Amino acid sequence: MNIVVLVKQAYVSDFRPSITADGKDFEKQSLVNEMNDWDRYALEEAIKIKEEMGGEVVAISVGEDCDDTLRKCFAIGADRAIKILLDSTDSWNIAENIREAIGEEKFDLILAGFQSQDLNNALVGPILAGMLNLPYATAVTSVKFEDREVRIRRELEAGFEEEDTLSLPCLLTVQTGINRPKYPSVRSILKARTREIKEVRVTPKTPTFEIKRLYFPATKKGKTIEGSPEEVSTKIVEVLKERGVL
Amino acid sequence: MEVFAVAEHSQGELASISLELLHLANLIKGSGKSNAIVISNNGRVFAEQLAKYADKVWAIEDKALENYHPELYTDIIFQVLSRVEKPALVLIGDTAFGKELAPYLAAKLNAPVQTDVVGVEISDRVSISKYIFQGKVMVDVELKASECYVLTVRQSLFKEGPEVGGDVNVISIKPSVVPRRNFVKYIEPAVGEVDISREDVLVTVGKGIGDISKVKIAEELAELLGGVVAGSRIAIDYGWIPKDRQVGISGKVVNPKLYFGLGVSGASQHVMGMKDSELIIAINKDPEAPIFEVAEYCVTGDIHEIVPELINKLRQIKG
Repeated sequence: MNIVVLVKQAYVSDFRPSITADGKDFEKQSLVNEMNDWDRYALEEAIKIKEEMGGEVVAISVGEDCDDTLRKCFAIGADRAIKILLDSTDSWNIAENIREAIGEEKFDLILAGFQSQDLNNALVGPILAGMLNLPYATAVTSVKFEDREVRIRRELEAGFEEEDTLSLPCLLTVQTGINRPKYPSVRSILKARTREIKEVRVTPKTPTFEIKRLYFPATKKGKTIEGSPEEVSTKIVEVLKERGVL
Repeated sequence: MEVFAVAEHSQGELASISLELLHLANLIKGSGKSNAIVISNNGRVFAEQLAKYADKVWAIEDKALENYHPELYTDIIFQVLSRVEKPALVLIGDTAFGKELAPYLAAKLNAPVQTDVVGVEISDRVSISKYIFQGKVMVDVELKASECYVLTVRQSLFKEGPEVGGDVNVISIKPSVVPRRNFVKYIEPAVGEVDISREDVLVTVGKGIGDISKVKIAEELAELLGGVVAGSRIAIDYGWIPKDRQVGISGKVVNPKLYFGLGVSGASQHVMGMKDSELIIAINKDPEAPIFEVAEYCVTGDIHEIVPELINKLRQIKG
């Protein structure tokens, strides 16, 4: 089973970043990179499949600055890594670039994270499936191979799931929780440093949108409880009594 | 502009998002028409409901279309759009259904696509607003000029709108592609020992609690408050909390007397599953956490300092 895994070096979104004065971009120093959380699960699933069935795992990422993430993929078990030298936040363009870059690759399966943790678009995977005319499924929570077919479950609402079978090759975007991603060992991290990342140049694409303005949403916040842990606890107990919970 | 709302239905029921999309379509259509597209093996059963709020309903019936299928739906919508005036804007719900269908459809239509849209404006260009960074930042973008556009729209935003009373066209369009994905079955949610949607008090654990060893303080707090612990998606993924206790659109929608969030940041799919709770108290170390927008009482601080103190106080009260 030859597997292409799409990985993104995304921004940490636990804290909000600063916006530049012209309102069109983020202050670079307010942003921290890491491998997109959803993609960790996609890579782990790829490695799991490779360990069971053999084959090769190729990690592909887009942008000048994605070496850390691709090295992490090596450390976790990827066989090759491809870096597409063209930064973009336009999912459509990213999918076009990936399509161009994987032209030569022979694959049975493309895996990607369901969405990115910073932009939350959930677009690149299924757009690419459309461009490559591949059968696909999103928010996948389990993957099982049967001959030239894959049986998957995908997440719906309210705890429901759907079971489908897809012919190969196909594209799947995985939901978090599909597996438990392992952490790479120190030895494998060190070894990954010397592995070769293949760089691919692609032709610039026409953007599908233009950012007009970035801003912070008007927050209507509830009442704030402040003070020492002791004071905060006292106030919470008061509220709970007042509202009949206690 | 011609605006198309793709209706969503499952197991014989029309999803409420279908009408929400039409309300939005009527707001933005200008001199164009609002259209509903409903695809099923028995499309006319939904057509009357949709016609109340659409200028025109395209009810597509075919026995191959009993269950949602992304390749077949894309093919049918593509065929509908090839018969209408351009430009055309396609609205789909930002649901498990829409998130899957929209990008693939957009690729086939060669259309710009945006997801989880919360506002749309049509002038000489189509502009949209959406949240990024897990709800912490908003962005307004203008789409490039195109024959077709595809947007997924966040749920529960456009709940009401005027009646339009349009025509129903039951049309037969045959799928022109052979599907390579086959629907097997729906799987019901696993039933756990506790049904969190029936509990009065939920202490909900999020990523911010740190690790599994800290879940104990949440359990203690829940017990003292006469409730149970629940979890955000991440707490479930990390194996801290059982899957049947997941709060959110993909887990369970809850409205307890007390929702107490510990380190829950408040991703939109979580917030939509708990915002109607009677009393919401949230503790988070990030003052910008989106959960604070729906919380009645907001505490910016360290769970591990505050909760043990609170547990002590509750113990004293309970004797």
